[in-house]
Amino acid sequence: MYRYDEFDHAFVAQRVEQFREQAARRLAGTLSEDEFKPHRLMNGLYLQLHAYMLRVAIPYGTLSSRQMRKLAHIARAYDRGYGHFTTRQNIQYNWPALKDVPDILAELAAVEMHAIQTSGNCIRNITADPFAGVAADEIEDPRIYAEIIRQWSSLHPEFSFLPRKFKIAVTGAAEDRAAIAFHDIGLQLVRAEDGEVGFAVLVGGGQGRTPMIAKTIRPFLPKAHLLSYLEAILRVYNLLGRRDNLFKARIKILVHEVGTEAFTDMVEEEWAQLKGGPVELPDGELERILAYFRPPAYERLEAVTPAVDVQARADPAFAAWVRANLVAHKQPGYAIVNLSLKAEGEPPGDATDAQMDAIADLADRYSLGEIRVTHEQNLVLPNVKAGDLYELWQALRPLGLATANIGHVTDIIACPGLDYCSLANARSIPIAQAITRRFNDLARIHDLAELKIKISGCINACGHHHVGHIGILGVDKKGEEFYQITLGGDATRTAAIGSIVGPAFSSDQVVDAVETVVNTYVDVRAPGERFLDTYRRLGPAPFKESLYAAH
Amino acid sequence: MPLIRNGVIADDDWIVAADDAALPDGQPVIVSLARWRAERADLLGRNTPLGVRLESNESAAALADDVGRLALIAIAFPTFRDGRGFSTARLLRERYGFSGELRAVGNVFRDQFLFMHRCGFDAYEVADAAEAEAFAAALASFSVFYQSTGDGRTSAATLRRLRRAAE
Repeated sequence: MYRYDEFDHAFVAQRVEQFREQAARRLAGTLSEDEFKPHRLMNGLYLQLHAYMLRVAIPYGTLSSRQMRKLAHIARAYDRGYGHFTTRQNIQYNWPALKDVPDILAELAAVEMHAIQTSGNCIRNITADPFAGVAADEIEDPRIYAEIIRQWSSLHPEFSFLPRKFKIAVTGAAEDRAAIAFHDIGLQLVRAEDGEVGFAVLVGGGQGRTPMIAKTIRPFLPKAHLLSYLEAILRVYNLLGRRDNLFKARIKILVHEVGTEAFTDMVEEEWAQLKGGPVELPDGELERILAYFRPPAYERLEAVTPAVDVQARADPAFAAWVRANLVAHKQPGYAIVNLSLKAEGEPPGDATDAQMDAIADLADRYSLGEIRVTHEQNLVLPNVKAGDLYELWQALRPLGLATANIGHVTDIIACPGLDYCSLANARSIPIAQAITRRFNDLARIHDLAELKIKISGCINACGHHHVGHIGILGVDKKGEEFYQITLGGDATRTAAIGSIVGPAFSSDQVVDAVETVVNTYVDVRAPGERFLDTYRRLGPAPFKESLYAAH
Repeated sequence: MPLIRNGVIADDDWIVAADDAALPDGQPVIVSLARWRAERADLLGRNTPLGVRLESNESAAALADDVGRLALIAIAFPTFRDGRGFSTARLLRERYGFSGELRAVGNVFRDQFLFMHRCGFDAYEVADAAEAEAFAAALASFSVFYQSTGDGRTSAATLRRLRRAAE
């Protein structure tokens, strides 16, 4: 893991002191709420429906056990005993008091964390493949580059007042687990024919009210030029992105309006001026950061651990968990273990202080002290020895963290919705909870294979409904909560935006409607076919028929 | 409105000339880009320092060939949210080599002083004396910088390299 040096420590400490002074002016009444707003937003502090909400960055989704304990402590000491992991590898606290926020930021700084640029029209938290560094299908660890970008983007003097927020995701794997096609910039590590590793650069993806899939503007960028190329993209956007209409201000609209080719030309022209200049990393800096991400001291283990199979044969519940929640590790004898934050009846992505503390302990005991946060709102122990799996699973069960549903129908992404959010039209969490209660039979869940449901409480699409295999969008109809269903979305390499299947459903009907869609899939699927593949083969017709024909 | 120049409150000896106003003899004037383009030869013939004001949607490239002829360029910030001027300033300084006074005008607040300074501004027109008095503290609020701009500050990455080289 990256460790702060004296520069990083000083930077974050100075940021805390700056905010402490601003918060003091607000508390003394010298600053009005309006005047305070830009200050608090630059530090991740929102004013929500009921209270302030503090969003803390978890850069590229990597946490140490020490950091996780600090997150638990903050939840307990300053909030109501829980935190909410978001789709952008952040954690949100829903009830902090303003007077405490400078102290919370100081607590975070002590464990090398911060809330810088988790809101505002600036470059947001840099996200990455949650399995970075351990995935079997990876070219290189994307966190090296995410950390370089994190530093470059922190209080960037030119790009802190962009037309709109700006999100960057990086992956080094064949499979896209970071939804890079739905970011303002997506970076994919690729290997050229001569063996050199560089980036494919995607620009202009996003969700919100105008969902768009990012376009590849450069198939291969040498690593040495990462920062000059990013600076070129950001400069073109900063100067030409629309500022007349909040809803048309993201870079996706600029790329769409000028066209991918013209946009690419502008970036390349700007890059020609910046390339090789002072913006590039000085010699040795890449190597310095890379050294922090060297693989930990793995034991030499047999690739196959017979004990796991024996335990699995004896214990079908363990076998189901192994099948659903484990991912192949690049190191023989180790596994990547997903901890589901989608237990039946629980708000997706929430974890209590006790759970966070317990996860930190389990990470120390079983995962070389490391934890990951996924954009699908789950946690990961990335370095578990296969021989420890049964013991770990037994420890996770009483904590409510062993739900065997990763990638399945109840592994739902949901935004905070109208329960918390001042933008929402409808509640998201109760719909998610109701779906997990409806589909509470594990055999049925697994029979439905991979099936991703994503719920947003408004058109801003924080719950990623556009890319749900089944997407649910909360809308307001004459003061009542209604839910539109979209089908066929996909956030991965085969990216697609879901299509609205028909008229919206009331909050009483929507869970039945989801079940109807799911049952229709079961009726019409070919053997072994996933929901998404069935939808792609047959289109919306059978689903429309079963949803609306009877009405 | 108070003017901060080179870190201290300074007298403003420049006259901002409206497009249709007669220009005062012998005094430095700031004109719009449109007027600069229309009356370029006459303005250069005045033999007094010249300044041009760029609105936030006007590009640095429009003055690329004239940076040596201008003593001042003012860049407008119509709201604090409009950050185009940061890019315009860096382009004028770092690409086109403008070395005269680069002045931020409009909605200019203490929270942007350091960003603006890093982008090459050396003069700031602010709303009141309190903002002006906050200038020194704003510039001193950070000692670590993660980016290399043309402002002379050394980035953290470069400091690390220098330290490695010294070891």
